[in-house]
Amino acid sequence: MHRVAPREGRNAPRTALINDPKVRRFLLQALLTALLAFAAYSAVQNAATNLANQRIASGFGFLDQVAGFGISQTLIPWAETMTYGRAYVVGLLNTLFVSAVSIILATILGFAVGIGRLAPNFVISQLARWYVEVVRNLPLLFQILFWYLAVLSAMPSPRSALSILGTVFVSQRGVTLPQPVIQPGAAVVGIAALALIAAGAFAVRWSKARRDQTGTGLSKKASIALSIGALLILGACYVFAGEPVQLEPAKQGRFNLAGGVTMMPEFAAFVIALTVYSAANIGEIVRAGIQGVGKGQTEAGRSLGLKPGTILRLITIPQAMRIIVPMLTSMYLNIVKNSSLGVSIGYPDLVSVGGTILNNTGQGIEVIGMWMVTYLTISIITSLFMNWYNARIALVAR
Amino acid sequence: MTTSFIQSNPHPSMPAPPMDIGPGRWLRREVFSSPQQAIATLVGTYVVYMLLSTIIDFAIVRAVWIGTDKSACTGLSYEVGACWPFIWAKLGQLTYGFYPADERWRVNLVLVFAVVLLIPLLVPRVPYKLHNAVAFFGVLPVFAFSFLYGGPIITPWLKVASVMLLAASVVMLAIHLMVLNEQARAKQAVGYSILVIAIITGILVPHFANASTVPVVETTLTLGCLAAALEALVQRGAAARHKWALFGLGAAGAGWILAAAVSSGAIDKPALPVVPTSEWGGLFVTLVVATTGIVASLPIGIVLALARRSEASIIRTTAVIFIEVVRGVPLITVLFFATYMLPLFLENSPDAMVRVLVGISLFSGAYMAETIRGGLQAIPSGQHEAAAALGLNYSKSIGLIVLPQALRLVIPGIVNSFIGLVKDTTLVSIVAIFDLLGGLRAAFADPNWAGPSALYTGFAFAGIIYFSFCYLISSYSAHLEQRLRVDHGR
Repeated sequence: MHRVAPREGRNAPRTALINDPKVRRFLLQALLTALLAFAAYSAVQNAATNLANQRIASGFGFLDQVAGFGISQTLIPWAETMTYGRAYVVGLLNTLFVSAVSIILATILGFAVGIGRLAPNFVISQLARWYVEVVRNLPLLFQILFWYLAVLSAMPSPRSALSILGTVFVSQRGVTLPQPVIQPGAAVVGIAALALIAAGAFAVRWSKARRDQTGTGLSKKASIALSIGALLILGACYVFAGEPVQLEPAKQGRFNLAGGVTMMPEFAAFVIALTVYSAANIGEIVRAGIQGVGKGQTEAGRSLGLKPGTILRLITIPQAMRIIVPMLTSMYLNIVKNSSLGVSIGYPDLVSVGGTILNNTGQGIEVIGMWMVTYLTISIITSLFMNWYNARIALVAR
Repeated sequence: MTTSFIQSNPHPSMPAPPMDIGPGRWLRREVFSSPQQAIATLVGTYVVYMLLSTIIDFAIVRAVWIGTDKSACTGLSYEVGACWPFIWAKLGQLTYGFYPADERWRVNLVLVFAVVLLIPLLVPRVPYKLHNAVAFFGVLPVFAFSFLYGGPIITPWLKVASVMLLAASVVMLAIHLMVLNEQARAKQAVGYSILVIAIITGILVPHFANASTVPVVETTLTLGCLAAALEALVQRGAAARHKWALFGLGAAGAGWILAAAVSSGAIDKPALPVVPTSEWGGLFVTLVVATTGIVASLPIGIVLALARRSEASIIRTTAVIFIEVVRGVPLITVLFFATYMLPLFLENSPDAMVRVLVGISLFSGAYMAETIRGGLQAIPSGQHEAAAALGLNYSKSIGLIVLPQALRLVIPGIVNSFIGLVKDTTLVSIVAIFDLLGGLRAAFADPNWAGPSALYTGFAFAGIIYFSFCYLISSYSAHLEQRLRVDHGR
């Protein structure tokens, strides 16, 4: 590691060859390489023998065969006559879908919990603290089974589904949300909304540029007035276009719920469990981030006469984000990896579908290899994205 | 004459305003400081009340305590809460799985030994930490596995002794090589050639004789040590350290004899009934898996962390690839790998439980490596340089200077990864090992008890167990962190 350069020439001390760090390093590496090569060789040999004994052909040819099993939730069209390859893609999309939904919900809940733990209010901070303590000290698999077996399975049948304000229905068959119904004319509203967003963005930029130049941008009253005006225009467009976008809640029929978008119970329980579990961890990350910002920063903000909310928004959070983002990255990666637990309750994710393929075809090496490559790819892409974001918000040294 | 008045005693300080002391201040500052805060407090209190009353109502007020099957918990005039008889009836299964009832004392005994060894390890004031650690991390696992699995009692220890003796003879051979290196070139050449001939003979003779009866490694080592001892005798007057070659010969020979005795099955008599791992289950398996992961993760983690910081590129790359691949995939795929792929790659497939333990150990080792690497990076390079200046070699500078400091820095991190491991053990139930959670799912399926009440009670019971384990460990970690911080402040 930190070595003094050896003396050269005739005066160099006579050291044994084996004590020369270079020789030793070479020998060690040669040994390791030989060991690895031997392990790989014998693994391949044994695998070939064992596979031949079990009459399993290796290779990825099985991906083109007909799968012949059903998948309960599919984001792309799926039929039993389609191939194993497509089944794998269906599973991959389900994994990504459940991860994305959980990441969004857990981030929102987690920030609320983290800020709640630091709230000056005793009851709120204790509530947040015990939420974190309980959830973080119970295994995720336990929580998934709890939500699936003890909560959602114990819900009433669809006929007497619990309804929240007549729009969302919770029953044994899952959670039913209203279905958005889109009629012609929606395009007008969409274009109007886009135009207003663009105008808003333009106004914000203009105001910032002006504030940088002259010291005064748009006043608070003016910006509120402009926002209300924009909303009114959007509302008017909506009414004149004949109210083209509507949410149609499901109707409670005699035996079943009609209409609506139903999330199957596996998905609902899984999302709830992943969200609740990850939010506790994100809450701790947020708390660590906010506490990591020096106290002097808040005090400096206060002595400048800023209000508590402004201090939080302009001083604390931007600095806390530098601490939070790297930890949040690994948390998001954890959510993606934890989404593999869907297999325990039959949510058709990557591992679940892959497991079915493995059982049907016996192609263990190929399927497990595909899993690993897929998860590694997802991990690398997520890390790259979060690193890019982290670099954007990192401290700019001048 | 004027009298001057100088107060010589400080005036007693005024009492704080009545609203600013005691519970009144707390109420005003932290609970009702503003209307928004007051609303938040009230809503929060209501939520707390609802939660607590539901839990107490479920676990105590509306609970059923006595009964023999589910009829005790159904058909009552009120809605039944917890059905505790379900837990009493299933307690054995939830704790031991299908371990035969007559043999459960073995599990209890191992558990008692583990606790007796663990507690002094955790209390900082108790001395003999190193001996204790060797007993817990080195001796206990061998004892536990041979005792729980059953079969011959003495043989496993002989196996371990044989392996250790052979390892000792390897060390002796290494010392012999070092002594050889200090001598003249001609003597070195002769010494090396004799050794090489001995080793080749050791490999070839069993190969031609009958590889299954004559152990290759043991024979090779014995012949190598024999050669070394002969050299030492012939080259009289060489360094005093040469006598180690003779010890090596003794160690290798003893190891060879022990190995032969074990493989001949001569010492199989005092034996316990074998309990195959497929009958292990419940909380006991949870503890076995968690403890194995914890015990194995430390050495694996240390080796991987050192390898990752090595200057040798092949070693470093191998470590980086291993760590990043294992950390980049979910534990469940590692377990699938261990369960389904490992048997394909090996000539003789190990036991299902052993496969899962290997998977868990590799997984936790990779995570531990990153924790320990954090500690290694925190050690300033001056420490390495000071060790080098003192003339310490790599293993001494790492073992005596760097690792003790680095491990001390990351003790909280290590304990936290233990908590993660305890929670992760639940995943083994997906690959058909019945841990506490798996046992619970099996218990739910019993038609004598199946019903919503049993379901809730089971989750409550398992939840309490998991929570208390993890909460105890995390409290201990917090305590340790506090203690270490105090040390640093001094």
